[in-house]
Amino acid sequence: MINTADILETIGMIREENLDIRTITMGISLFDCVSDDEDRLCQKIYDKITKNAGRLVSVGEEIAKDYGVPIVNKRVSVTPVSLVGGDLSPDGYMKLARTLDRAADALGINFIGGFSALVHKGMTPSERALISVIPDALAETGKVCSSVNVATTKAGINMDAVAMMGSVIKRAAYLTRDNNSIGAAKLVVFANVPEDNPFMAGAFHGVGEPDSVINVGVSGPGAVASAIRRAGNCDLSELSDVIKKTAFKITRVGQLVANEASRRLGVPFGIVDLSLAPTPAIGDSVARILENMGLEVCGGYGTTAAIAMLNDAVKKGGVMASSHVGGLSGAFIPVSEDEGMIAAAASGALTLEKLEAMTAVCSVGLDMIVVPGDTSEAVICGMIADEISIGVANTKTTAVRVIPAYGKKVGDSVEFGGLLGAAPVMKISESSPAVFIGRGGRVPAPIHSLKN
Amino acid sequence: MKKAVITVTGKDAVGIIARVSAECSECQANIIDITQSVMSEYFAMIMLVELDRLNIKFADFADRLEAIGRERGLVISAVHEDIFNTMHHI
Repeated sequence: MINTADILETIGMIREENLDIRTITMGISLFDCVSDDEDRLCQKIYDKITKNAGRLVSVGEEIAKDYGVPIVNKRVSVTPVSLVGGDLSPDGYMKLARTLDRAADALGINFIGGFSALVHKGMTPSERALISVIPDALAETGKVCSSVNVATTKAGINMDAVAMMGSVIKRAAYLTRDNNSIGAAKLVVFANVPEDNPFMAGAFHGVGEPDSVINVGVSGPGAVASAIRRAGNCDLSELSDVIKKTAFKITRVGQLVANEASRRLGVPFGIVDLSLAPTPAIGDSVARILENMGLEVCGGYGTTAAIAMLNDAVKKGGVMASSHVGGLSGAFIPVSEDEGMIAAAASGALTLEKLEAMTAVCSVGLDMIVVPGDTSEAVICGMIADEISIGVANTKTTAVRVIPAYGKKVGDSVEFGGLLGAAPVMKISESSPAVFIGRGGRVPAPIHSLKN
Repeated sequence: MKKAVITVTGKDAVGIIARVSAECSECQANIIDITQSVMSEYFAMIMLVELDRLNIKFADFADRLEAIGRERGLVISAVHEDIFNTMHHI
């Protein structure tokens, strides 16, 4: 029989420490839906998504029951629609966004990702049309998520795309001003975007992927924080081992769920994303892990070192627990979705500058950060350019999901509800990078020798 | 052979094992191992059951046990054993 202590540990991790599977995401290729007729394209896309993922929610619920582990989200990601839209007009892309939303409603999933474009080196007319309607699409639909990859380490940074995204984000926030500018929370700007990420809002089904695939995102900051607390006064080598062991166990659950979902749905298993994904619930916070490691408050000096070590240990522990690892894989630091981050930002201990530094060593970027509604487009472009440069120079994924909350000022708080949480409006530097951004063109790919 | 682990934790009370066993018998879940410990007033029982002849859906079986737990102020869970094997064995 299995060891009693192991059984009680597992039950405790699930019941007391919020261990859960954050998402089962089915990736679905839309390449075989291509059509020169707008209505036919939309119909084929709707049919394919609802057919392939028809049992996703019920199978997810069955698995959760069988293993006693909550599976919080069931989601779908699709081929970036700009690759299958052909010569769709902006109106055509709006129709496509509504189609995706209808399919998500029919399936009972909470988000569908892939209203996306990959424009790191340049932009086709189709991609330009899609990007132009992102704000309207996010305002009109409830479940559609959008992402735009503006840079890679190999291609450099498409600054024309960065310049466009400043106004896209502002407009997305403005069009959803009656709902706390939530449109901007469903839009991510990426560098080095992974093609198999199961987490929203940045999930899409990459071009090298099979027809459909199951990707699973794990969670478990609460379990890691508790293990660190139990470890007591040990040195950092021992602490790293404690984190690795916990990450191993968390990831094994993810692998089990991924295998089962793949078997029961008859869809190949893709990857497990080894992430510590927080929620606004007490006891499910990455910031609190850092504080359990010994920081007085998340955001002070020592924070970057602590999260670098945490991120590394999570990967080392998780990688052996799964047959295929991918996606974003690392500790997430979305401010509004993490109870400890919200508290640290509200008290002024956690600044935007520190968050930016943290993103150089962890997943994934400036995430769910609320800034004043009157922040200029140029300043938002500057924030994007800085964060994207960190990703490009360090050969890692970085992203920006920033919400210029319409009508809100520093000190106000914005409530998104659910897993998106709530966040204080953060103070930002207002000096203008407009001339730099306005130059346009491309930032060349970085050199990979002479490392300093 | 499909197996599940039933765990019962909470304050010790008379008849816990009898009640859970009765439910297993009614649903045709065959008890193959059982361990329990009582530390001060805290009770922890772990039961391994075999599910091949289970006469209701596993999800319903787990729900019924959970309901018994709620009635008596205990936490009862029934889950497939694979989760423990995968988490704790390499």
